[in-house]
Amino acid sequence: MSRKVVILTFLAVLLAITVWVTGKGKIGVYTTFSWEQIMVCSWQHLKMVVVAVVIGTLIGVPLGVLVTRPGFTGLTIPVIGGANIGQTIPSLAVIAIMAPILGFGFQSAIVALVIYGLLPIVRNSYTSIKNIDPAIIEAAKGMGMSRGQIARRIELPLARPVIMTGIRVSTVISVGTAELAVLVGGAGLGKITLTGVFARETLIILQGAAPTAAMAIILGYILETVEDWMTPRGVKIER
Amino acid sequence: MIELENVSKIFQDGTVAVQDVSFQVEEGELCVLLGPSGCGKTTTMKMINRLVSISKGRILVNGMDIYDFQDTELRRQIGYAIQEVGLFPHMTVGENIEVVPELRGWAKNKRRDRAAMLLEMVKLPPEFIDRYPKELSGGQRQRIGVARALGADPEVLLMDEPFGAIDPITRVDLQNEFLKIQQDIRKTIVFVTHDIYEAIKMGDKIALMNRGELVQFDTPFNILFQPSDSFVSSFVGRDRALKGLQLIKGKEVMREVELSIGASETVEELKGRLSPDQIRDELPVVGKDGKFLGFIDLNKAQGGKVQDHLTHTEAASNMDIVLDEALSVMLSGERNVLALLDHESRLQGLLAFSDIQRALSEADQWRDSL
Repeated sequence: MSRKVVILTFLAVLLAITVWVTGKGKIGVYTTFSWEQIMVCSWQHLKMVVVAVVIGTLIGVPLGVLVTRPGFTGLTIPVIGGANIGQTIPSLAVIAIMAPILGFGFQSAIVALVIYGLLPIVRNSYTSIKNIDPAIIEAAKGMGMSRGQIARRIELPLARPVIMTGIRVSTVISVGTAELAVLVGGAGLGKITLTGVFARETLIILQGAAPTAAMAIILGYILETVEDWMTPRGVKIER
Repeated sequence: MIELENVSKIFQDGTVAVQDVSFQVEEGELCVLLGPSGCGKTTTMKMINRLVSISKGRILVNGMDIYDFQDTELRRQIGYAIQEVGLFPHMTVGENIEVVPELRGWAKNKRRDRAAMLLEMVKLPPEFIDRYPKELSGGQRQRIGVARALGADPEVLLMDEPFGAIDPITRVDLQNEFLKIQQDIRKTIVFVTHDIYEAIKMGDKIALMNRGELVQFDTPFNILFQPSDSFVSSFVGRDRALKGLQLIKGKEVMREVELSIGASETVEELKGRLSPDQIRDELPVVGKDGKFLGFIDLNKAQGGKVQDHLTHTEAASNMDIVLDEALSVMLSGERNVLALLDHESRLQGLLAFSDIQRALSEADQWRDSL
């Protein structure tokens, strides 16, 4: 309950900042962005994040699960290591590298976001399976479940919440990273923030940064609810 | 019935885990696979339900070669319980027990009835059926593990140290309860343990293994007192006579009650009736129905009725008690005589410390004469 209060307070503050700055109309020689521009930028931002996370999930989950399967364990180190490297490179660099390779535009931004957001998804998918108590799998096998039955009835329900956590972390990271997408010809709230940076106007920076932060909080909260809903009851119990 | 015929397991790297092992577990018998860690006992057990493949030889379960079935089909017909239990945390206790019945296509209400019945059998309250494993204690989980292994009423049961991971007191309870259950259900069981005491207590037969080979396959008594070689005798240990006490029940060595006293008689009347050498300090007192009430010390008792002078009313036990337990009851109660009763608490005999000593020395002599 108190967590909800904190989240709502934060959101209210962020919204108030946006309303206040937008209402000012003019700051020094600069005109503030209009509500319509903010909405368009937010929508573009959200679209980039969602597309990137969906692609990241479609690649990351199967990849993370695959390397736990017998016969593919040799790939564990290259895959997890590769995803790790994707995230060790500074996000600005990942995005900057994409522009010369793929040209300026939406697609470069998406590719960069996917690369940067892949690690939490791959790593959590991998550990979600790896961390299941081997005795549980041994019992399931010894009782006569087939591989497919073990995957569907045991591994999937137990791994689901951990995988969801990875997707949530990746989403929140992507909301932040997407600020930089504007540098490679993408769009989004980064356009407003960077305009503020170049103009050296804190209030305009805030006009882009506050909605971005709000978006991260809202998406994080929604995905946390999904996660909770996906967690089997027997696993939630604390003793 | 389970038959192993010249079974070997050689792993891919060339390690011989099990070598040329043959033995039979008769129907309704509990066979303990015993040995130090790394002796191949668990590997041997896992070959029976094909969790480990056989390199050489063959295994028959109820006359059928286990490779005549699909592996999942085979395992659904063999109960399986392990030390770590491995309950599925996202399923309720009931759902856990119903796993194999469900895999075998039982109808929902038949499965549910079976789960409820098994819960009762392992002495857990019926409302546990809707609890989750995380809500249970370690001992309770072990019980569910056993219940789950019995889920689809298999004829054959494999148990890998099923009582290994719990505290000693709970373990003794579970062992005793399981032995009682086994008396009713008479499953053919292969039971792995490294604990010689557990092996003697649980096994109809013991298969003692060392370095992948079967060293001796015999009754617990013969393993203790007729060890086939020096490995066996060193493994069962020097205090084997003490361990042998687990094999002898109170009723086998108890003495008859020469004189029992009715509770309603007056003490003076009684003393008048008895000869002087019968007036002793530990005479058992019974009620009209033959039920044991306690002891009376006639050297001290004065006046009143016998029932006013009862002492040591708790120094009694079922006559099926094994001697090592009887010994610990005596030691903890500082008693040297126990009253042994039948199921209706009627006095059947007396067990004195000297009776246990006699049993011990007989077992020892018997061993020395070999």
